[in-house]
Amino acid sequence: MTLDEVKIGGLGASRKRVEDNRFIRGTGNYVDDIVLPDMLHMEILRSPLAHARITSIDTSKAWEIPGVHLVLTGEMMAARNLAWMPTLSYDTQAVLATDKVRFQGQEVACVIADDPYTAKDACEAIVVDYEPLAPIVNPEQALAPDAPLIRDDKEGQADNVIFDWEVGDREATERAFAEADHVSTLDLHYPRSHPSPIEACGSIADFDRSTSKLTVYMTTQAPHIIRAAVALVAELPEHMIRIISPDLGGGFGNKVPVYPGYVASILASILLERPVKWIEDKSGNLISTGFGRDVYLKGELALRKDGKILGVRMHTDSDHGAFFADAQPSKFKIGLMHSTFACYDVGAAHLTARGVYTNKAPGGVAYRCSFRVTEAMFFQERMVQAAADELGIDQAEIRRMNFVRDDDFPHRTPFGFLTDSGQYGKCLEVGLEAVGYADFARQKEEARRRGRLLGIGISTMTEPLGAGNSREYDILGIKMFDSAELRVHTSGKAILRTGAKTQGQGHETTWGQIVAHELGIPAEDIIVEEGDTDTAPFGMGTYASRSTPVAGAAVSMVARKIRAKARKLAAHLLEVSEEDIEWELGRFYVRSAPDRGVTIQECAMAAYTNVPDGMEPGLENTAYYDPPNLTWPFACYIATVEVDPETGVWDVLNLVAVDDCGVRINPMIVEGQIMGGLTEAFAMASMQFITFDADGNCVGSNYMDYLLPTAWETPGFELHEVVTPCPHHPIGAKGVGECATVGGPAAFVNAVMDAISHTGVRNIDMPLLPDRVYEALSTGRDVSGAPPVKTDES
Amino acid sequence: MTSLFSEISPEPAADVPVRRITVTVNGQRRSADVEPRLLLAHLLRQAFRLTGTHTGCDTTNCGACTVLYDGQPVKSCTMLAVQADGHEVTTVEGLAGASELHPVQEGFRDEHGLQCGFCTPGMMLAAKALLDRNPDPTEDEVRWALSGNLCRCTGYQNIVKSVLWAADKMRGPDTGGGGDRHDEEQP
Repeated sequence: MTLDEVKIGGLGASRKRVEDNRFIRGTGNYVDDIVLPDMLHMEILRSPLAHARITSIDTSKAWEIPGVHLVLTGEMMAARNLAWMPTLSYDTQAVLATDKVRFQGQEVACVIADDPYTAKDACEAIVVDYEPLAPIVNPEQALAPDAPLIRDDKEGQADNVIFDWEVGDREATERAFAEADHVSTLDLHYPRSHPSPIEACGSIADFDRSTSKLTVYMTTQAPHIIRAAVALVAELPEHMIRIISPDLGGGFGNKVPVYPGYVASILASILLERPVKWIEDKSGNLISTGFGRDVYLKGELALRKDGKILGVRMHTDSDHGAFFADAQPSKFKIGLMHSTFACYDVGAAHLTARGVYTNKAPGGVAYRCSFRVTEAMFFQERMVQAAADELGIDQAEIRRMNFVRDDDFPHRTPFGFLTDSGQYGKCLEVGLEAVGYADFARQKEEARRRGRLLGIGISTMTEPLGAGNSREYDILGIKMFDSAELRVHTSGKAILRTGAKTQGQGHETTWGQIVAHELGIPAEDIIVEEGDTDTAPFGMGTYASRSTPVAGAAVSMVARKIRAKARKLAAHLLEVSEEDIEWELGRFYVRSAPDRGVTIQECAMAAYTNVPDGMEPGLENTAYYDPPNLTWPFACYIATVEVDPETGVWDVLNLVAVDDCGVRINPMIVEGQIMGGLTEAFAMASMQFITFDADGNCVGSNYMDYLLPTAWETPGFELHEVVTPCPHHPIGAKGVGECATVGGPAAFVNAVMDAISHTGVRNIDMPLLPDRVYEALSTGRDVSGAPPVKTDES
Repeated sequence: MTSLFSEISPEPAADVPVRRITVTVNGQRRSADVEPRLLLAHLLRQAFRLTGTHTGCDTTNCGACTVLYDGQPVKSCTMLAVQADGHEVTTVEGLAGASELHPVQEGFRDEHGLQCGFCTPGMMLAAKALLDRNPDPTEDEVRWALSGNLCRCTGYQNIVKSVLWAADKMRGPDTGGGGDRHDEEQP
């Protein structure tokens, strides 16, 4: 009898999460929970200034405090060739500042002591003399001809430009604009934001002198990449380095880069020959670790008067702070900004992109998105809405008209990507129906007559996921792919390990489901381990929603290798040739006699007890999966809002999400990911941003100043689905964890702009704080959110 | 003697003032010698090795360190250990009975009320405190009661459902709550 796949926890089962058992009991194992014998504690002294020359550092008082074992400065690091480290974007970053500090919060010194309280005391006893320099806090200042050079440490760096890059067909785009009936332009800023997992960063470095082996417990989303980076910095070969990433309290891209604290704790452990723990406090985390976004856009659309998009021209300036420190899995330095307009059938497009250094913390991490995709989709959907308004075309209709059609796949996007499948029109129609689009328009008009401002905003977007493939994507030159190792024991129970690293996505649950789907082994008989470089196969980690598209595919492929060997074992057990064997979930049988069969568990036992002559015993294998292409999930998010004309406060009335992420492995987890992503989208649109004053002081260094939505502010969401399987993924999945964060913000902003469209205001930069909305309502002018916020203007 | 962090500093420096405190943690009386500046969160985590209480923000905002202090939810990252002297503290480790989960724990598991799990202990204790004083909360009351706890993963919707599920279960079938109405095993 064929197994019921859903009952054994296979594909499509809303299986309860395995990992929850320890989390709900408080027995998770996060980095800060780990205690090693003889462990010391490290704290970091950070720069109070955004830009200054260091004239002296006096650590003598710190050394005198009982319990202090080591005070590290940049000078001591430099003596060991460790003052600077390579970043994942081929830049350099100071570990501890030697010459200058280049952003507020930059690491200047470290103290290692018996406990963190003593280490903090000693940090306060360090005296640093700074000679202040003029800070640069936005790209405009950075690009000014007389701008001070921020990275004077870099040979050949004559200005503050990191990269200046273009893609697309400039000439064809110019022709499209020449032929256009209308050109719509829009200037936007996507503000700087911090991913802010509730758990900050931390590490415990443990160098064992007797074996020369370095073990580091670390909050990292990409343990193997970190191992490669540590090998470069510590001048130890990889086999002498073990990175363990235990339970992580969220990541969202923030835990991909290498941070100075990790490196300093490693050096301290090597010097002291004792384990050294560094746990960052929240302020240190908010002001110094991976920021996202901070991109300015000048966008233009060439349009026919009926709304057909003929061409797209975009220029972006992005602010990366003092070091270009994000992970950059692409030879294109602007990441995947050029995934923009992928869901629209656009004839010609051209994009120029520039990145600059400023006196801000290193930014540009992929905050719950595939690199610059969030900005790309936000700009796209804001540009499309502005164009619809100008031409007087319904905002749903302009999308309908320009979408790539279901029978147009594979489709080459205007910037050269190949998309494989999708039902863009259907997603939109499902969303419009769910939100009651036509009826809302009537309500809106009635409300307007009574002085109430209702608005509806649409965002339709597609996100490139699954970085890979190895032809086009790499980190530090290491090609992007992923891996899975499956060991089936004698009893048919199994352990699976992958090169990914869960941070709440539920890998322990879903990977078991993929194996159950492929082999018919119940998911509960499979345990999953990740995050230990000594045991997991080499992989690229988890970010950019790449787990299911790449690591999940590797899980499928390794299970299929196991099945192929099990088939040979089945033929041996059933005493027929392999060609006579058929497979159904969990069981092989003889084609001509379906009652004669063996289960996968019986094959597993045979692999260790009764193999045919010439066959290697055992039932285990490893698969490395190099995706043939990116996957392209699609989504349609529609928000309805009411704006209070007296205060600028806006409330979400409804948010309808229609996600097409291909085949859903665990629908419960997929929906959880979408709801989480929508909340981050709402956060970006409504309150969450980090800005800087004119002196480069970070405004938002704690949760009193950096506003994150709580259960009270966060609206409810209504979820719908369309399923278009990915044709090149083994189980047809596309990935979903970030889609709502990527596509959601434009829905909220478009809705508010729709509500106030009568004022002639075309843009308010996020976040749409009540004072910004009120300013737009009362002046009729666009409101820019571009920093610096001038705090001391008199 | 437990000074700041016992595992690394068994003998405090001579000039460090310490004070003996006794706290009833999860029903068990426990004593420690602590510096007056030691935070309650660190007493629980480092001295008592109850690491389910997480420290997230250090500023009383995120709520990951929420524990029950004489039954009331407090944020242990901004409370001194000495303030707990003679009081009762419940941490996430004290939620479950010997064999059974607390309904709030069951609710979080059944309604997918967690993802990375870091905020979960604080959320569940805030939820328990709510349900102890209000067994039949509205959705708005749940949202308000949890508004001192931040979550970055879940979007809260399922957390709210988890708490309502627990309320339902705790009221039991006799009150019309039908504690098993969400149970997938039921027809």
